[in-house]
Amino acid sequence: MIEVKNLSKAFSGKVVLDNVSCNLYKGKMNLIIGTSGSGKSVFMKCMIGLIQPEKGQIFFDGKDLLEMNKDDKKELRKNIGMLFQGSALFDSMTVEDNIKFPLDMFTNHTLKEKKNIVNGVLDRVNIDGANKKFPSEISGGMQKRVALARAIVLKPKFLFVDEPNSGLDPKTSLVIDKLIMELTREYEITTVVNTHDMNTVLESGDNILYLDYGKKGWEGTKEEIIFNDNARLNDFIFASDFLRAAKEKRMKELS
Amino acid sequence: MIKGFLTHFGRYILMLKQMFRRPESGRVYYKEFFHQCNEIGIGSLWIVIIISLFLGAVTTVQTAYQLVSPLVGLELIATIIRDSTFLELSPTVTCIVLAGVIGSKISSELGNMRVSEQIDALEIMGINTHTFLILPKILASIFVIPCLIVLSMFLSVLGGYLAGTWSGILNPTQFEMGLLLDFVPFNLFFGLIKAFVFAFIITSVSAYFGYYVKGGALEIGRSSTKAVVVSCIIILLADYGLAALLL
Repeated sequence: MIEVKNLSKAFSGKVVLDNVSCNLYKGKMNLIIGTSGSGKSVFMKCMIGLIQPEKGQIFFDGKDLLEMNKDDKKELRKNIGMLFQGSALFDSMTVEDNIKFPLDMFTNHTLKEKKNIVNGVLDRVNIDGANKKFPSEISGGMQKRVALARAIVLKPKFLFVDEPNSGLDPKTSLVIDKLIMELTREYEITTVVNTHDMNTVLESGDNILYLDYGKKGWEGTKEEIIFNDNARLNDFIFASDFLRAAKEKRMKELS
Repeated sequence: MIKGFLTHFGRYILMLKQMFRRPESGRVYYKEFFHQCNEIGIGSLWIVIIISLFLGAVTTVQTAYQLVSPLVGLELIATIIRDSTFLELSPTVTCIVLAGVIGSKISSELGNMRVSEQIDALEIMGINTHTFLILPKILASIFVIPCLIVLSMFLSVLGGYLAGTWSGILNPTQFEMGLLLDFVPFNLFFGLIKAFVFAFIITSVSAYFGYYVKGGALEIGRSSTKAVVVSCIIILLADYGLAALLL
């Protein structure tokens, strides 16, 4: 579990995060949503330690990230997996080498054991026969799945996912969402997803945090978001006529 | 301008400091070191061969053109080629060319890794990216570039010999006599000191500009250009500094 308390961050005097607090739960899909420029990415980067916040605390299973020494941080990072918006696969390595890389760095497995683990995770993310291909030779959806395989190869306790559906068609987006959800449940991972994809929000939002220009605007579940009375959140989530009609229909069904 | 220079200089020193940390996995670093040796050494071999042969050949022809006095022996042409090659042409000119070849490659490679979040991915894994991405490149270049410079020295003299003898400027015996005339072994050693220093400058400066790039494709291009220009300027400054100190 991750507990965030009173997190604040400003860049050159401009406040990007203002006293944000939330809990992110183990085995759940914790979604951070908000418009562009609302501070989602900064919030996630603070949580993974890429940006130092001005104020606040971030507890990973009770240990404050900002109080940790270098060794503790290094140890924590071995338990963190991250799926980047652009996949961030190492383009000089094959698919297999990309996934094997964390194993080479942090384990003493034999080559055969590593290959077995790599094939296992590739199988888990439904990729077959791409071991020797380079990232540039596979599709965007496959790249996401390979990046996901690399993120989970060390069986992390925490998984951070930044915009998993950007650049993907709706069908592939659903496949990726489902895969992340399955892995979260299967490995009991605390998964944090940064998204503005409404399908993801309504399908997999176990715990949703809405950031409204750096402030916590709303927090709840995918069921609760349908009935929320936050005007700005409703404007953001149900932006189109189609979605507004879908919301009313769903409200009728649920009530 | 001074503030900007000090900011860059401070960040460059911090980058070098952060580079010398215990590697996460010796085996991976060892592999990376040899990969970089291959990239830097074999990758620049042909350009070094071509440049060196022509440097020697052109120096021979131009020295002969200027030596018009009948009081000066023709064997002096070989002596001039030898000393200018060992002291200046091979280490400095070759390293300036290598700054273009290797420097732009390192800078754009790291810049692309930064922009496409590959460096962030490494950091999140808990890997010291300075040590993993920069140290093997610097060590490989310090190991390989002096070897290329020694090869360049040999080829440059060979180029001079071929141009001198084939064009009839001087005969092989005169060339050999000139090569052995007043040979100072320190000149060779000085050339190698230069090669070590320039190798460090090329790789570390290019890595700095690539590692800290911000933005997109345009900025990667700009940082590559900056890396080459700054490397060349620092090489020339170091060239003067070393000559003033050691000669």
